[in-house]
Amino acid sequence: MSTAAVPTKPWAKSPQDRILGLTFFLAAILFSYFFVAATELKGKLAYAFIFFVAYAVITSTHSFIIRGPQAAKDSFVSTLVALGAVATVIPIASILFTVVKNGAPGLHPGILSNDMSMAAATDPIASGGVLHAITGTLTMVVLALIMSVPIGILTALYLTEVKGKFAGPVRFLVQAMSGVPSIVAGLFILSAVLYPITKGYSALMGAMALTILMIPTIARTSEEVLLLIPNDLREAGTALGGTQWRTVAMIVVPAARSGLVTAIILGVARIAGETAPLLLLTGGGDKVNPNPFSGSVGSLPYYIWKGFNSGSSDALTRAWAGLLVLMIVVLILFVAARALSNRKMSK
Amino acid sequence: MTTTLIPSPREISTEPRRSDKVFRGVVTTGGLSSLFILGLIAIFLAYRGFEVFREEGLGFITQADWSVTIDESGNITESKFGLSAMLVGTILCALIAVVIAVPISVLSALFLNFYAPQWLKKILVAVIDLMAAFPSILFGIWGFLVLMPSVEYWARLINKYLGWIPLFEVNPFYFTRSPFIAGVVLAIMIIPIITSVSREIFAQAPLDRIQAAFALGATRWTMIKAVVIPHGRSGVVGGAMLGLGRAMGETVAVFTVLNIVFQVNWHILLGAGGNVASLIILKFSEAGDYEIKALMAAGLVLFLLTLAVNAIADAIVKSTGKSGK
Repeated sequence: MSTAAVPTKPWAKSPQDRILGLTFFLAAILFSYFFVAATELKGKLAYAFIFFVAYAVITSTHSFIIRGPQAAKDSFVSTLVALGAVATVIPIASILFTVVKNGAPGLHPGILSNDMSMAAATDPIASGGVLHAITGTLTMVVLALIMSVPIGILTALYLTEVKGKFAGPVRFLVQAMSGVPSIVAGLFILSAVLYPITKGYSALMGAMALTILMIPTIARTSEEVLLLIPNDLREAGTALGGTQWRTVAMIVVPAARSGLVTAIILGVARIAGETAPLLLLTGGGDKVNPNPFSGSVGSLPYYIWKGFNSGSSDALTRAWAGLLVLMIVVLILFVAARALSNRKMSK
Repeated sequence: MTTTLIPSPREISTEPRRSDKVFRGVVTTGGLSSLFILGLIAIFLAYRGFEVFREEGLGFITQADWSVTIDESGNITESKFGLSAMLVGTILCALIAVVIAVPISVLSALFLNFYAPQWLKKILVAVIDLMAAFPSILFGIWGFLVLMPSVEYWARLINKYLGWIPLFEVNPFYFTRSPFIAGVVLAIMIIPIITSVSREIFAQAPLDRIQAAFALGATRWTMIKAVVIPHGRSGVVGGAMLGLGRAMGETVAVFTVLNIVFQVNWHILLGAGGNVASLIILKFSEAGDYEIKALMAAGLVLFLLTLAVNAIADAIVKSTGKSGK
């Protein structure tokens, strides 16, 4: 009879280690509680700060006793690094929490079916709604998509498929373009199109500024996606006698389809809440404007902006409700983008 | 008699066919559109702002006043446009943001790559990416209504204990809407950007060297110090520059939290700051034709500034990618 050797995992945490870790954690919590109670310090921040200091000291002392100074430094850094991650996540948790808390009272049954043409920002919440803002944002996003998707994807194709002699500079310029401040994009459309040509606010003006902001996001994400397509596919296409045009159009792009959709969705998420250029270019109308080519048009960011700057508490609730709607839109876009890109990876 | 059809030999050439020529032409045109757009932005803003540049000369950059006097008939009798307070404010806020954001981002990037368990890493990466997609108006309003009271309290603490350093001096005693608060809001906005750049750079640290360090008995921290940080240092600098560029161009978030004053102010806790982008929003609604031209010129200055910062960032990130291999 032979007994099978049971593999041991000497590096795995034993139950004692786990209990010890938990004890340290609780000890640090208790210490921070009593320390804050005993001294002048106050506030959540003080608790958090003392807790981290206490936890770092306790764990590093423990490591020092068991394994010496190097291990003490190591466990100190572990705590510090975790602190960094917590500091990154706290703001987003706070943002999500406050937007939901302050925005939820502003939601009412008619919010999606009314516009603000018959209501002022300072009216009670139940009157008016965001219909004009949603349709305006939607119009501008669609117009921006029509302009930016071809340019963005052509840029990505230029960088990955044609690989012309300007590939280096173009990659740099796309990078530079992603750093163009949104207000500068707005000023550019103002100076180049609105003043000399159309001379009036419209959704198209806003969409043109958004296009400038959207192209780099689409181009860079698409480039990354196209680079992931194996070269075998391109070689197979060429070996079958396909021209480059047919290889790209029939093989490469279809293979990258879901990734390209992800790129487009990320681009939309980038511009959905863009405010500054719309303040210059769209006029922020309070009525649903069915004509995208002329007349002032509302949008979610502009709606929030108006509510925030009106000063009354009702207007502020309106702004929070608008933020909540905007955040939900961004969340949906984001989840869709991730779901698509995950599906692509799992294939 | 049978006639055999001999196919005429196919012409072999490396010349692309017509469809490919068209394809390449179209794609190249599309690819060069970014050059075209960036060029147009510079040309149009310079063209509109030219008059102001000529009128103000170098004073446009070095003076702090921004005022227009109009007589009864609406003609401009006197105008002075200077950006120095706004430029100093822009750079100051962005620097505060970077100083706060870089340590936090680097630590959380290290946490994500080397400390977090897989499931936590997945969640955190998604959350941080989501945060990068949040609109700036959200950060602005949240910063104004939620964050400002706490940050004001911190500012008072800093002033109380470090007030002897000129940078933290506050006189008159006014803390609300200071560049420091704007810097904190901007820091929160750029943390996701710097974190994801650093995370990617750290993930490229050569695995064999990491394993070698562990095999030699290194702890996680000594491994990071010996392998990851030397590998990723300049990448982090590049990421920080990207964040700096983003922070300098940010408009709405800064405008909501910052008190704009046309006076050069280096005291970061004092509630008086400046920002080129916010200036444009502030003055735009009531600006006359000539002032709009001045705003265009200000936009051009901002555009060139962010372009330069981005170019430097790009160069640094690229050089890391090469030297790492």
